[in-house]
Amino acid sequence: MRLAAVLLAAASVVVAAGAAKAQVPVKIGVLNDQSGLYADLGGQGSVWAAKKAVEDFGAAAKGLKVDVIFADHQNKADVGTSIARQWYDVDGVDVIVDTPNSGVALAVNTVTKEKNKVFINSGAATSDLTGKACTPNTVHWTYDTWALANGTGKAIVKNGGDTWFFLTADYAFGHALERDTSEVVKANGGKVVGSVKVPLNNSDFSSFLLQAQSSKAKIIGLANAGGDTINSIKQASEYGIVDGGQKLAGLLIFLTDVHSLGLKVAQGLNLTSAWYWDQTDANRKFADAFAAANGGKRPTMVQAGVYSGVLHYLKAVAALKSAKDGAAVVAEMKKIPTDDPLFGKGEVRADGRQIHPMYLYEVKKPSESKGPYDYYTLKGTIPANEAFRPIGEGDCPLVKKG
Amino acid sequence: MFELLGIPPQALFGQLLLGLINGAFYAMLSLGLAVIFGLLNVINFTHGAQYMMGAFGAWMLLNYAGIPFWGALVLSPIVVAIIGMVIERTLLKRLYHLDHLYGLLLTFGLALILEGLFRRQYGSSGLPYNNPLPGGTNLGFMFLPNYRAFVVAASLVVCLATWFVIERTKLGSYLRAATERPDLVQAFGIDVPRMITLTYGFGVGLAALAGVLAAPAYQVSPTMGSNLIIVVFAVVVIGGMGSIMGAIVTGFGLGVIEGLTKVFYPEASSTVIFVIMALVLMVKPAGLFGTAK
Repeated sequence: MRLAAVLLAAASVVVAAGAAKAQVPVKIGVLNDQSGLYADLGGQGSVWAAKKAVEDFGAAAKGLKVDVIFADHQNKADVGTSIARQWYDVDGVDVIVDTPNSGVALAVNTVTKEKNKVFINSGAATSDLTGKACTPNTVHWTYDTWALANGTGKAIVKNGGDTWFFLTADYAFGHALERDTSEVVKANGGKVVGSVKVPLNNSDFSSFLLQAQSSKAKIIGLANAGGDTINSIKQASEYGIVDGGQKLAGLLIFLTDVHSLGLKVAQGLNLTSAWYWDQTDANRKFADAFAAANGGKRPTMVQAGVYSGVLHYLKAVAALKSAKDGAAVVAEMKKIPTDDPLFGKGEVRADGRQIHPMYLYEVKKPSESKGPYDYYTLKGTIPANEAFRPIGEGDCPLVKKG
Repeated sequence: MFELLGIPPQALFGQLLLGLINGAFYAMLSLGLAVIFGLLNVINFTHGAQYMMGAFGAWMLLNYAGIPFWGALVLSPIVVAIIGMVIERTLLKRLYHLDHLYGLLLTFGLALILEGLFRRQYGSSGLPYNNPLPGGTNLGFMFLPNYRAFVVAASLVVCLATWFVIERTKLGSYLRAATERPDLVQAFGIDVPRMITLTYGFGVGLAALAGVLAAPAYQVSPTMGSNLIIVVFAVVVIGGMGSIMGAIVTGFGLGVIEGLTKVFYPEASSTVIFVIMALVLMVKPAGLFGTAK
């Protein structure tokens, strides 16, 4: 119903704008997990964020006729690929946004290049999207495994956490996160004493935690996400891992994960995030509008990234007056600097990496929190020029050519 | 110090114990399935959703009514069992004379609907539930949390009591007789339909009880049941559909095997049970403890 109302409103503006001006049609497809373990951090919230960006951009007044559709990739690369093909070939979709789950994202990345469309990724983590697998059609917006490793990993090693054991989700994302964090640990004088690859969606981590415990590593690095991270942290507290002197490092923790864990279990965790709703007035304003439309929830960095990414995409399309040539739109996105209320000023690099500061947060104690979603204390800011992998180190073919 | 296959014995004991703990959940869930299949001939695909409802029941009782874990341990299974019995009376009952497939489709559909409703209301990433028995004992070879010890004990008691009631009491003999020849048992003046409803309620209650026990250890989320239920079905198939003792023994046994896989080759820990299932089906199609009808 809400969709219908928005479309109707958009349509009426279009009509009011006058038939004399030709409208540039743009179709945005939000492809993410609508029902599984990543549905809360993206899901319908990302769809809302994309629509909000269209609205705030004033697309209709600028001569764009924008449609937003969405689908559930169920965390399966084959499902994601076939939806992407259907969207590009049949439904006339010009850009796919969000797409958490690195496995699905890498598959959609390939299809997007083949069809010369645009892929603006906010939800997936693998730094390969702007590394080995980079294409002229993909922009990686919010965060990546390198930035997470560089944030949380570096901070922990510098504080004396110099021996690591990894619990790694056994797919593209976990592997990339373990690899990038291991490099940071070693580069800062630490040592990786072992790791175990855990199948995705494993509900019981006690066996793996026990292996981590007997490794005697000071830090147990959680190279996983969503429900897997939640269960590892919950069970680590049960097995007295933290009381035994070992520390947990959650390398990718979303606001929704903290909400699900509860502060009693999550307090004191250090994490790296690209965005937190309660940091600036602009963020709070966005979060209030989000909460009003999404049953009181607060947006995650992924949803904020979808908003920011779509806004920048529309600027590029408005400048070109066409959304049809994907590579040309991305080239335009790289040419104009990024600037929006949520992510501030920045740029999209030649390898497709969007550059902005990253932040280190600590999860509040229950006594410090004023209520639901008041969870983080800012501990440090990693400036934009240090937050992401230096452009020359990613093995991105686009960079070598340039 | 000797080592076994490159693993120090302490670690091995620890992993065996952990396997038993996980096996406790498998045993309780597969027991409920076996009871339901044995008597109703229904493959209850809603079982995972009912396990999830048990966990959510505990969360709701705590957050809306202030009833702590120990109260929820009794109340939540009863509430879920009553919901189950309503489903049996209104929907499942109409399918008994049809092929298994219809019951499977109905229960599978119900599971999807229930999951969807909970996801809509509570989101997908789950809710916190605090551990009612914090702390633990250091056994020398591992740290055993009090709560996990309680889970194993509770599960063993429930499983053995169920086995005893069904295999060794008069009530159990009625149940087993009604499975074989419901018409004859009915002729002796026993209300078979009511017995079936109560049995379904009991099986569902077991699932919900496992759910309540899972709430402090795992994440309380709408998908917690569907992640587990496929494994539990494999357990039931390996044990032999409808075999009570088979469900209990294979539940614990496969928990241990899965635990050991997590040490030797963690990547395969999510598939090992299905490999065993395939092997068992090749050698003994009725399952380890099943009898071919």
